Amino acid sequence: MNDIDLTAADALLGTDTARFRHDYLEVRGLRVEFDGFVAVRDVDLTVTQGDLRFLIGPNGAGKTTLIDAVTGLVRATGSAAFGGTELLGRTTHRIARAGVGRTFQTASVFEELTVLQNLDIAAGARRRPLSLLRRRADPPAAVDQALETIGLTALRDTPAGVLAHGQKQWLEIGMLLVQDAHLLLLDEPVAGMTQAEREETGQLLRRIGSQRVVVVVEHDMEFLRSFADSVTVMHQGQVLAEGTVNEVQNDPAVVEVYLGADAASSDATTTGSAEPVATEGDHS
Amino acid sequence: MTVLSALARPGRTRTLAAYGLAAALLLLAPTVLSPFRLDLLAKFLCLAMVAVGIGLAWGRGGLLTLGQGVYFGLGGYLMAMHLKLADAGPGGVPDFMLLYGTGQVPGWWEPLRSPIAAILLILLVPAALAAALGWAVFTRRVRGAYFAILSQALAAAFTILLIGQQQTTGGTNGLNGFRAFFGYDLADPANRLMLYFIAAAVLLGMVAVAHQLATSRFGELLVAVRDQEDRGRFLGYDPALVKVVAYVVAAVMAAIGGALFVPIVGIISPADVGVVPSIGFLIGVAIGGRATLLGPVLGSIAVSWAQTSISEQFPSGWIYFQGALFILVVAFLPGGLASVAGVARRRRTAERSRA
Ligand SMILES: Nc1ncnc2c1ncn2[C@@H]1O[C@H](COP(=O)(O)OP(=O)(O)OP(=O)(O)O)[C@@H](O)[C@H]1O
Ligand SMILES: [Mg+2]
Repeated sequence: MNDIDLTAADALLGTDTARFRHDYLEVRGLRVEFDGFVAVRDVDLTVTQGDLRFLIGPNGAGKTTLIDAVTGLVRATGSAAFGGTELLGRTTHRIARAGVGRTFQTASVFEELTVLQNLDIAAGARRRPLSLLRRRADPPAAVDQALETIGLTALRDTPAGVLAHGQKQWLEIGMLLVQDAHLLLLDEPVAGMTQAEREETGQLLRRIGSQRVVVVVEHDMEFLRSFADSVTVMHQGQVLAEGTVNEVQNDPAVVEVYLGADAASSDATTTGSAEPVATEGDHS
Repeated sequence: MTVLSALARPGRTRTLAAYGLAAALLLLAPTVLSPFRLDLLAKFLCLAMVAVGIGLAWGRGGLLTLGQGVYFGLGGYLMAMHLKLADAGPGGVPDFMLLYGTGQVPGWWEPLRSPIAAILLILLVPAALAAALGWAVFTRRVRGAYFAILSQALAAAFTILLIGQQQTTGGTNGLNGFRAFFGYDLADPANRLMLYFIAAAVLLGMVAVAHQLATSRFGELLVAVRDQEDRGRFLGYDPALVKVVAYVVAAVMAAIGGALFVPIVGIISPADVGVVPSIGFLIGVAIGGRATLLGPVLGSIAVSWAQTSISEQFPSGWIYFQGALFILVVAFLPGGLASVAGVARRRRTAERSRA
């Protein structure tokens, strides 16, 4: 398998950082209800650029629902703003155009299209309608850089459906990069990856986090310890704790509900929850 | 490069060769077919125009367009109304209105006196209806089966409306007995040959448009939105808009097919536009291979031909045959007959690489 290329990532990320330099995600009093069941309540969350934020919590804590609310997939009350733009109440595609990108818990790429076509579509939401009627000549420079970044240049003409699992997840990250998303919400981006792939993905996320606002939902504690700048812990729809990895790990409340008895032996936690989890909150 | 070697080559060259071959066959057909058979072929070409649109909307976009008879019918009836008015002369009243109606031309017929207005309305009315319906349906995220049922219901309602309006639409008899087509006498064999060539050229033009759309970025987007609608949304696209465009293009193609059907066949009636023909359009596409360029056209022509032959012998047998055919294709050949060629080719390449 080809590798992540961080130099290409820098070239890609360095294109227009000035535009979003001072933007941050600000969530206030967010609440999501499903038929009387409150999945997310009173959530406040502020994430700035250069602060690679991890969002953790037991199954059903409301992490995916929080991302769904911010990206317009479920209705929510309260406020979620990015770069001064209120996101709640907008349609999903308008939120995306405001610079918000996300991945899904299960890799979702356009399986019948090639890697190149996937990236080209991701790069094209701002194209003028008539230009869509033409055949693609040369892909935009950003697409080439993204191919290099995610190590899929050699596979550019392969249908995305036949990629290995880890490659699909990289392709999704690549799509967010060419989409020009400046707030990236990644739902378990390294689930199912090999140790080597996790390591590379972590490095890439750190690069991206230095230039963009990034929130990573993750269960793998070892991955979190290696790459997180800060951590927000959710439990039963609420924010339980927030701080650096160390602060959170030593928070008694967190130890009790999340890390539980496994807190002492972190390996058990890692193997216990890094497996693909039940996907009840998924969207097919 | 010979045509045959080009056919064996993948991709663009083969597409071009297949297209050229189809054009050549259509050009030569008048030399071998009797005028009667040529008229029949021209009729099949009009029906195939509907199939080209379905190939795009269904084959690429996954929209189960089960009500294309409505758009075919709108195009057909608008053309028929214009021809009736033209036959009646300036200020005249179409013959059937004198027989069954009030002897007055209703106000909503009047704009169709002008040939230019008629052509514009043939294109715009179906486009507007498809855009309105598509927008209403796709923004509400109505999924496949419901969309199909809705399309069918529309086709059924359309025929009921037509039958109920005996005085202004000819009722069950429909509109018929046209004498001229934009000033050209429809009884003249030379003009009938011209009509055939117009149908052939329009069909080839539509295939070219469909090909351009399918291979453009829009075509890729259509496939993307079909398979992963939410992904597309999160990239900043409005899937409803993408689908509406494909649906409108299919509707306009169906309407043009209907408009040309009228002077060629000489009649349009509710039987040509209802539920059964709507399903028939889809079956041709399914049989030919909905995701291929020429598959929908060939499938549609084959089904039209089978329908004509079978109906000549067993007048009511066709509807059963149509149902059986559909089940067979869905069960055993989801990719249509075009996929047989693909399977054979792959098998051959596999054998060659093994040798
Ligand atoms: N569409 C929905 N309808 C009803 N309940 C839902 C829906 N989506 C999520 N929930 C519920 O909301 C709660 C939070 O789910 P969510 O998927 O956000 O959890 P999560 O933190 O992402 O968990 P995991 O780690 O398993 O992915 C769960 O109890 C879930 O069952
Ligand atoms: Mg989740």
